[in-house]
Amino acid sequence: MQDELAIQASGLVKSYGDVRVLTGVDLAVPRGSVFALLGPNGAGKTTTVRILATLSRADAGQARVAGFDVIRDRRQVRRRISLTGQFAALDEVQTGEENLRMMGRLSGLSGPQARQRAAELLGQFELTGAAARRVSTYSGGLRRRLDLAASLVARPSVIFLDEPSTGLDPASRQTMWQVIEGLAAAGVTVFLTTQYLEEADRLAGRIAVMNAGRLVAEGTAAELKQRVAAQRLDLTCPTRAAFEQVRCRLADHVVHLDETSLTAGVATDGSAGQVRALLDAADPGRDLIAGFAVHGATLDDVFLTLTAAPAKETAHV
Amino acid sequence: MSDALIMTARSLRLSVRSPDALLTALLLPVMLMVVFVYLFGGAVRIGTGYVDYVVPGVLLLCAVTGGSTTAVTVCQDMTGGIIDRFRSLDVPGTTVLAGHVTASLARNAVSTLLVAAVAIGIGFRPHADLARFAAALGVLLLFVAAVSWLAAAFGLAVRAPEAANGAMFFLMFFCYASSAFVPVRTMPWWLRGFAGHQPATSVTETIRALLLGQPVGSQLWIALAWIGGIMAASIAAAMVLFRRRTR
Repeated sequence: MQDELAIQASGLVKSYGDVRVLTGVDLAVPRGSVFALLGPNGAGKTTTVRILATLSRADAGQARVAGFDVIRDRRQVRRRISLTGQFAALDEVQTGEENLRMMGRLSGLSGPQARQRAAELLGQFELTGAAARRVSTYSGGLRRRLDLAASLVARPSVIFLDEPSTGLDPASRQTMWQVIEGLAAAGVTVFLTTQYLEEADRLAGRIAVMNAGRLVAEGTAAELKQRVAAQRLDLTCPTRAAFEQVRCRLADHVVHLDETSLTAGVATDGSAGQVRALLDAADPGRDLIAGFAVHGATLDDVFLTLTAAPAKETAHV
Repeated sequence: MSDALIMTARSLRLSVRSPDALLTALLLPVMLMVVFVYLFGGAVRIGTGYVDYVVPGVLLLCAVTGGSTTAVTVCQDMTGGIIDRFRSLDVPGTTVLAGHVTASLARNAVSTLLVAAVAIGIGFRPHADLARFAAALGVLLLFVAAVSWLAAAFGLAVRAPEAANGAMFFLMFFCYASSAFVPVRTMPWWLRGFAGHQPATSVTETIRALLLGQPVGSQLWIALAWIGGIMAASIAAAMVLFRRRTR
């Protein structure tokens, strides 16, 4: 049964000094799937990835990756995974090809094998033209691609990508997404972290939303959208004063705010009864709302609703 | 080829490809020697030719200045992402560091040859047989290894390459406040106690005695004890720091 799972974690806890970075994370990622860990900065995404990739040790909890325990069978795990982090893991003064060959040798290939594998990867990632240049001359997108290629030298079956498109321009991001889709199509398990809903929506079969060191939701993009609300009710106010009052009344229910158009959005199932009730709650005097619109929720709404939850809890303390 | 050899080849390649570091490692010692012999040497009266006196000191100083390259590259490895890639390829941290130390030894071996060649050109006349030459070189390279491990520990202890460089600069003080360039007896009384009994003095005196055919005495054992102590402490510190940085 467990072999069906590429990644399985339960109760991961990690603190750095007094800062509790992870407060109990459970994960189950099936083999051959693309899984996205979505969350804002400081949510604990990188720490989670580092623990799963054997680079960091959890204070509590256990994790198995590619069928092996990340602490007891660290070496076995390392043979089957790769991690591409936020900083390019490359030598600036070596050429692209030299970097790949070095990683090949370190993963146990012979000289000629490493040379051949480097050539394959350079071709696959359209880097052949830049192969003989030092990495210090590479653009951001080129560097990220080489970094990913370097992580694939040893043909890992589970690939961790920590914010693979952060800092890339839109064109490079598109290329990076195509590369990741190509890996997924080849049957590799991909575990990625991202701050971008669009990225998670496009690449991942399943998404876990992370906030303040724990998972607040998990499911497919569609399930997550449904879980919060199928639809969103946008209320537009005539004046700023009215807008502030409406915003105040709806408080934590607000999932969307547009200050320029004086519009506040709340989650709804779209039924007439609920829309009427929401209108009454927001505007009992019937003079604060000028117009409304109901439309399908976006992943952004889901994200904001879910990551706002802990803030609400603390607000009552 | 084992990981250690691959990492050493990498470190050597990094050295050869950073021109400023290479310049520091190869030319600075030669320039320092010329400066000491021709600018300061005339004012130093020590009975023998100053060039004979100063060569061991220059070699020591060049180990220390070369160490800053090691500190900086170790620090860069740790602050960039590459250490994670190495670790996920199951390369132990000590192997990565050992690669840098070995490259440092190679750089110093070349600069020692350069210094020796130039020194002989400007009048250095050692009085030593092959065994004494070998012993002098051995003590020097052991010292270089110790300083390189210390540099690696500095590189792990600080968060920015500039700070790593600065930390090594501090070590140069040990070379100046020793018998490397002027006899300890010419120093103010309050400095003599320290200058006469610190590692740079023991190592300089040992190498000097070996090269000039003078009796070495117990100085050799004191020097080896210092070198062994510094190396053991630095390797231990480096391992602790590495573990802390990769927690």
